[in-house]
Amino acid sequence: MRYFTEDHEWVDVDGDIGTVGITDYAQGQLGDIVFVDVPEEGKTVTKGDETAVVESVKAASDVYTPVSGRVIEGNAELADNPGLVNEDADGEGWFFKLTLSDPSELEGLMDEAKYEAFVAKL
Amino acid sequence: MNTINQSGWRPTTPETCEGSTGTFTGNRALMLEEALIFEIGSTDTTGVEVAEPAEVASRLGGLARNTPIGLPGLSEPETVRHYTRLSRQNYAIDLGLFPLGSCTMKHNPRLNEKMARLPGFADVHPLQPVDTVQGALGVINELAVWLIELTGMHGVAMTPKAGAHGELCGILCIKAALDAKGEGHRKVILVPESAHGTNPATAAFAGYTVEDIPATAEGRVDVEALKARLGPDVAGVMITNPNTCGLFEREMRTISDAVHAAGGFVYCDGANFNAIVGRVRPGDLGIDAMHINLHKTFSTPHGGGGPGSGPVVLSKALSPYGPLPFTERHADGHITLVEEETVGDRHPHSFGRMCAFNGQMGMFTRALTYILSHGADGLRQVAEDSVLNANYILRSLEDTLAAPFAASGPCMHEAIFSDDGLPEGFSTIDIAKGLIDEGYHPMTMYFPLVVHGAMLVEPTETESKAALDQFIGALRSVAERAKAGDESLRSAPHFAPRRRLDETLAARKPVLVWKDPELAQAAE
Amino acid sequence: MRYLPLTQPDREAMLGVIGAETIDDLFVDVPAIAQLDGPIRDLPMHASELAVERHMTALARKNLTAGEAPFFLGCGAYRHHVPASVDHLIQRGEFLTAYTPYQPEIAQGTLQMLFEFQTQVARLLGTDVANASMYDGSTACWEAIGMARRVTKRGKAILSGGLHPHYVSVAKTMAKYTGDHLETSLPTLSVETDIDTLIAAIDDDTSCVVVQYPDILGRIADLRPLADACHAKKALLVAVVTEPVALGALKSPGEMDADIVVGEGQSIGVGLQFGGPYVGLMGCKEKYIRQMPGRFCGETVDAEGKRGFVLTLSTREQHIRREKATSNICTNSGLCALAFSIHMTLLGEAGLRALAATNHAGAVAAAERLAKVPGVELVNDAFFNEFTLKLSKEARPVVRALADKGILAGVSLGRLYPGADGLANGLVVAVTETTTSEDVETLASALEEALA
Repeated sequence: MRYFTEDHEWVDVDGDIGTVGITDYAQGQLGDIVFVDVPEEGKTVTKGDETAVVESVKAASDVYTPVSGRVIEGNAELADNPGLVNEDADGEGWFFKLTLSDPSELEGLMDEAKYEAFVAKL
Repeated sequence: MNTINQSGWRPTTPETCEGSTGTFTGNRALMLEEALIFEIGSTDTTGVEVAEPAEVASRLGGLARNTPIGLPGLSEPETVRHYTRLSRQNYAIDLGLFPLGSCTMKHNPRLNEKMARLPGFADVHPLQPVDTVQGALGVINELAVWLIELTGMHGVAMTPKAGAHGELCGILCIKAALDAKGEGHRKVILVPESAHGTNPATAAFAGYTVEDIPATAEGRVDVEALKARLGPDVAGVMITNPNTCGLFEREMRTISDAVHAAGGFVYCDGANFNAIVGRVRPGDLGIDAMHINLHKTFSTPHGGGGPGSGPVVLSKALSPYGPLPFTERHADGHITLVEEETVGDRHPHSFGRMCAFNGQMGMFTRALTYILSHGADGLRQVAEDSVLNANYILRSLEDTLAAPFAASGPCMHEAIFSDDGLPEGFSTIDIAKGLIDEGYHPMTMYFPLVVHGAMLVEPTETESKAALDQFIGALRSVAERAKAGDESLRSAPHFAPRRRLDETLAARKPVLVWKDPELAQAAE
Repeated sequence: MRYLPLTQPDREAMLGVIGAETIDDLFVDVPAIAQLDGPIRDLPMHASELAVERHMTALARKNLTAGEAPFFLGCGAYRHHVPASVDHLIQRGEFLTAYTPYQPEIAQGTLQMLFEFQTQVARLLGTDVANASMYDGSTACWEAIGMARRVTKRGKAILSGGLHPHYVSVAKTMAKYTGDHLETSLPTLSVETDIDTLIAAIDDDTSCVVVQYPDILGRIADLRPLADACHAKKALLVAVVTEPVALGALKSPGEMDADIVVGEGQSIGVGLQFGGPYVGLMGCKEKYIRQMPGRFCGETVDAEGKRGFVLTLSTREQHIRREKATSNICTNSGLCALAFSIHMTLLGEAGLRALAATNHAGAVAAAERLAKVPGVELVNDAFFNEFTLKLSKEARPVVRALADKGILAGVSLGRLYPGADGLANGLVVAVTETTTSEDVETLASALEEALA
């Protein structure tokens, strides 16, 4: 099941493991992505924390974690190939995985249909 | 690698150069390609002669260099040619109108350069005994006096090295003053959305939290919003006046009074002081600190990105906290330098030192030369002509380009346009790059952030009416081509030394130093 | 007024187009209380070139210039011969009157020069990369401390007693506001540097150790053990070079594994200028580039595949990152960087090494000569072109007395360290290729007289 935030992050939840990325809409707004800074394994984050950074040539954006938890992996591929976010924001271009500490936080997020409606109004 | 001629230099990428220009060298008449010094020089070549060292036993403590550095040299004629060729790939004020808003690219008088090179200024050491540098201290002191007069302020800190460094100086004065009052808990600096990026960066650098203040639809600070945010946690505000939308903040006095009443201080970003110099004194508007970019208002050269100089004028409330060192003129005309050695208890509240030595002396000499050349009447005329030129551009082009604040009344020294009305697929950058083909440096693009696709045009006072008319014609033509959907604009410039550069590639795989391709290949 | 091209008829015609009666109509938004009704008081009216030149020349004549006197000052600013072509080239209008290269298609001259400068600086300092310059050495030094904090996420910096006292002051000023904790100390008039003390002080909270090479007294020490000690505690070594010519003779700090190397580039191409503008050099290991302040120029290609250069990694900077930027620096020292780069190109490796050899040999000869003066003791064992003398009396009055005789004898430590009794007799003497053996003899006799 995939959930979305108004800041254009997504989180895929499988058991208590969440995978976080930014949406295809967000990558389109940023343009060519040149650098991604992902969190280190073991970092504890709280919902809404600035957890990763994504940069295009002319802009730097913070990525807020949609849920709280403990980071278990950052996407190492992005260091050498940040363009992966442009090519496949919904899949290969994920940012980090974490163990959810409070699954109830998911309730406040949007589902895909709601997010599409949200983007359509922007 | 395909070496084309025996003199050793090679064009950058021979295949494409030949293909696109059809010449053997890659050159196009006066447009000359120039390789890097690492490609044309050698470590054995030198363009200087150095006296033979005296025969003595080395005392380098066993740390003598025993590896090559890798610094190529060129003979003097080759050096002169290398840099002359490079220079010709630059646009400059000396070549034409340079309408870069908020950056103030005005003519740089050559008398300034000549004066800065007088050995009495250029060949003195900053730590010489003060009796041997009375003239140099005199320049600093005299410039300080005129900056205070021109701004109606109480004191001035001369040492900041550039505008952003001056901002830092002003903010540190505010911090020191608040600490002295036991108000160190004030942690917030309010900054309008339209501010230069240096403002929030400076406040954060000094440990403050930055909060945005919105702009009104007419392009000024939302005074009500600002007043509403004032309170016991606010250390001060940073306001640019004239602002980056090219408008005078007419409520400045009201803002200052409100900030003071709430216990804060008012920092004014003086980047645009050139619009009002000699006509308006910021001190009369209640501000506490303002930096002056000597390269903007007082015509010191920008030099391709510095050096700058950012003296900060200070109110009576902040002057005691200004940095060391500073000059002091005594009744007998003797000038002393008040620094750590001599400060004693005369300036006990100084927040400290911002840089080694005495500030940007070379810039002071130029700025003083400029102030004396213009005089009181000339400086006033500077402000008036800069404002006249900007309004002339605004009113001449508002029928062609969207001018979001045209209805707000006259602009100050810069006119702002937006990309509103350009067809789908065309943006400010296409207008800018189109102007390059017309022989102009583009205006400031996408700044301030409060205007969509902003184009900020600052002609300055050193342009003639004929130069303005030609520029207006060129910008009108480019804008009309964009409106007509002329696709060639989207790949402009076509006639510059380079076409649009791949900034994504540069940022994804940063190549910041030259590496010998053969060595680099061998390493892989 | 000679710098203003508009004529009165132009102004009137333009007001007509604008639809304004008078120029005052364009200033309607300025409240009346802030409008001056006439020219600024006391400031004279405009003046001719000739008149201004007379005024400025009179001021310039009140200074004793370095070229007129036997001259021995250093301590962060050095007098070297700058070839004539350097000043000629930096005055080409296309360099002098250009802006920061934000429009790369028409700024390749400045950009290529910056790329060459970055490479020259990195090779000289022994670092992987270098930026496009900082204001000066002292501000670059503070920026390095801030950078080390960001890299290590620790807030304690240990500053060597051999670091230039102005650089220490700048760091102290800034640290008051950023919350960094600085450990500082005074130098001592001894042959040894404080490297061993620094090594002992490094702990798990240390972000960096800052050490000057050669130090304020001209002493040189191997930085390798200090680098190793830093790295063992995951701290960084910041090395500061105030005399870049020294690196033509000495191992670079980068070779000794310093992580960040900053410097004052004034010696190469820039000139004394009473303290500014100068040019800050800053290089580091490649892995730290995202935490570097200031501008970077990088190589790329244009739409036709031609090599070209652009400012890059800009997302670190204030105009994009605003309050989250690595620094608030905007303008740097572009034209001084150009002067540095041109002078370095004229020198080349062969010229720089020859220049360094001449400086060192001259300094050794001078140190040995001056040490023979009764009442003078040479503090240093090792040095490059600057060394410290311990006089038999306080150095400041001696310096002043010699200045009265037209000799600029050096920098008294009393001036740099007011109130530090143990240093008051110290005199730092610099010798470069501009110093003649006659100058040294003049200084020796004058010192002998003053100390008798």
